[in-house]
Amino acid sequence: MAAQTLYDKLWSRHLVDELPDGSSLVYIDRHLLHEVTSPQAFSGLRSLGRKPWRLDANIAVPDHAVPTRNRELGVPGIADLIARKQVETLTANCHESGIELIELEDSRQGIVHVVGPEQGLTLPGMTIVCGDSHTSTHGAFATLAMGIGTSEVEHVLATQTLRTRKQKNLRVRFEGELGYGVTAKDLILALIGRIGTAGGTGYAIEYAGSAIEQLSMEGRMTICNMSIEAGARAGMVAYDEKTRAFVKGRPRAPEGAMLEQAHNYWQTLVSDADAVFDREEDFNVSELGPQVSWGTSPEMVTGIGGTVPDIDRVKDESARRNLQRACDYMGLKSGQRLEGLAIDKVFIGSCTNARIEDLREVAHLIKGHKVHSAVKQALIVPGSGLVGLQAEREGLAEVFARAGFEWRSAGCSMCLGMNDDRLSAGERCASTSNRNFEGRQGKGGRTHLMSPLMAAAAAITGELTDVRKF
Amino acid sequence: MQPFETHTGIVIPFNRSNIDTDAILPKQYLKMLEKTGYGPHLFDDERYLDPGDVDTPVADRRLNPECILNQTPYSQGSILLAQANFGCGSSREHAVWALRDFGIRALLAPSFGDIFFNNCFNNGLLPVILDQELIDELFERCGVEPGFELTVDLQNCEIQGGGSTWPFVVEEGRRQNLLQGFDEIGLTLERSDAIRHYEAGRKIQEPWLFR
Repeated sequence: MAAQTLYDKLWSRHLVDELPDGSSLVYIDRHLLHEVTSPQAFSGLRSLGRKPWRLDANIAVPDHAVPTRNRELGVPGIADLIARKQVETLTANCHESGIELIELEDSRQGIVHVVGPEQGLTLPGMTIVCGDSHTSTHGAFATLAMGIGTSEVEHVLATQTLRTRKQKNLRVRFEGELGYGVTAKDLILALIGRIGTAGGTGYAIEYAGSAIEQLSMEGRMTICNMSIEAGARAGMVAYDEKTRAFVKGRPRAPEGAMLEQAHNYWQTLVSDADAVFDREEDFNVSELGPQVSWGTSPEMVTGIGGTVPDIDRVKDESARRNLQRACDYMGLKSGQRLEGLAIDKVFIGSCTNARIEDLREVAHLIKGHKVHSAVKQALIVPGSGLVGLQAEREGLAEVFARAGFEWRSAGCSMCLGMNDDRLSAGERCASTSNRNFEGRQGKGGRTHLMSPLMAAAAAITGELTDVRKF
Repeated sequence: MQPFETHTGIVIPFNRSNIDTDAILPKQYLKMLEKTGYGPHLFDDERYLDPGDVDTPVADRRLNPECILNQTPYSQGSILLAQANFGCGSSREHAVWALRDFGIRALLAPSFGDIFFNNCFNNGLLPVILDQELIDELFERCGVEPGFELTVDLQNCEIQGGGSTWPFVVEEGRRQNLLQGFDEIGLTLERSDAIRHYEAGRKIQEPWLFR
């Protein structure tokens, strides 16, 4: 058999049928649901008298629009009545269909992409879908994981398959040692800066190289998470001992002889040595510094020592117009330095960076410091209830509170501002989330994407700061 | 799903690249439970001068006169012309529902966000990928002639307007699905035996996935 990439292997393993319309029917092992992109899918099924194909492949958790305060009140405590109705609808849909639901009050509740790996619902070799573009996060476990629309959510519920088309293979190799203050987030931001937000469109990305091998599973999840910001629906990392160690002992992971059997298969989830990729991108990470976005697209990013581009020197008129619009929105000038830019708010959280390792890094950096007096709000939102409990047990939450951070309950929170955690117009935010689009964190809000370490440093100094000098 | 055969309408020139689905439909409207009713909120942040939420009466809000969707004749437009990577970002199908509910039937751009592109076909909207030169030419025509109309003909895979005809390419399977307005779930369920057969094999290969 011809040499295969990891993506080729996952694809062929899950191929049910080739369809006359040129698409392929791919079997879905795990379907994650949340309150925002599922109600129309459930009502679609109901209207045609259809039932879910296979209950045990599905699991639901409310995360997108849930408040991060007063959670002891449960669902009745959701002050936004429309958001409350949506969570109640998810509950009702799960009860009616028999799909397992992790309820808001459950300590396992959290951002769906944090909950999956934490519970062992994410296992190597799976196909995983969810009505959320950051589903690519799960690719860190050598899975084929991708975001889908609500029509596709309905299709997967009804048929346990997805009609889709095979992508091309792109390998991104990060080689070298990460310097002090440089993290997984900086790698993925630098990649997006290089290839652009459409650079990976039509590709499944495999992240490889010595820097990826060195990364923890948490770091790999951060990288795979933002594949969609590079245009790619799916990003993945080969199975190795770190994957094995992370999965072992998780509530839904196989145990004993079954785990051994699984491991024997999972070891094959690597690209063959002579596999050919349609495209390769190589990075030497040793020279990379901490990254920060300056504009309104994740590709508008530079090193913390960098500047906003000199717009007058850009030849293409349409590109110049886009840059100028981003500058105007962000309240920045062509050529302006980013270091030292005063910030109003800090958000540490999201499916990109709200796992325990992120919180440990932040706590370590800020211990003994205070949030700068000019910073109006500094939020830390754990990725799940269990991450929150762990942070409390380790004393991290106390460090945050003492420094002046607000320690909240789990959810998507200010990453997309569907709840009341938002930016007001003109407010500038150091954020560990994944999108800096206009209005993403609140109408008129200005988002700078960066790593948790960089956001923590900004919280203390009140301005965009090179964490290496902190 | 509403089939798409041929459509004639006013072109709305939206001369920006990387328009994301957050811009097309802001987050607060993702709290709605229905599949329709999103039209008034298409490009909500740009379309209104004041902020809005699901329960804000649209009639009470101040329209932004600078937003093209609020201008005559574009408020009656049904073909959106945009630059590269239209619909990038979030997977929210609500963005497509908003375009559809506003009255958009076809989108013309040099490239589209991947998930958005799929979502269009699942809702009877036709996203057409055209060469950058042709896109730029169409923008020029719109500039010279406000209210410029085009016909997007999926039967013949042609765009006609202003005395010119340009061919376009769309994957044949997707074309057929749109022309017929197929229920894809129904089509897939006709293959239930193949899915069951596959599933039985996986249960033996990877029993830990079925518990």
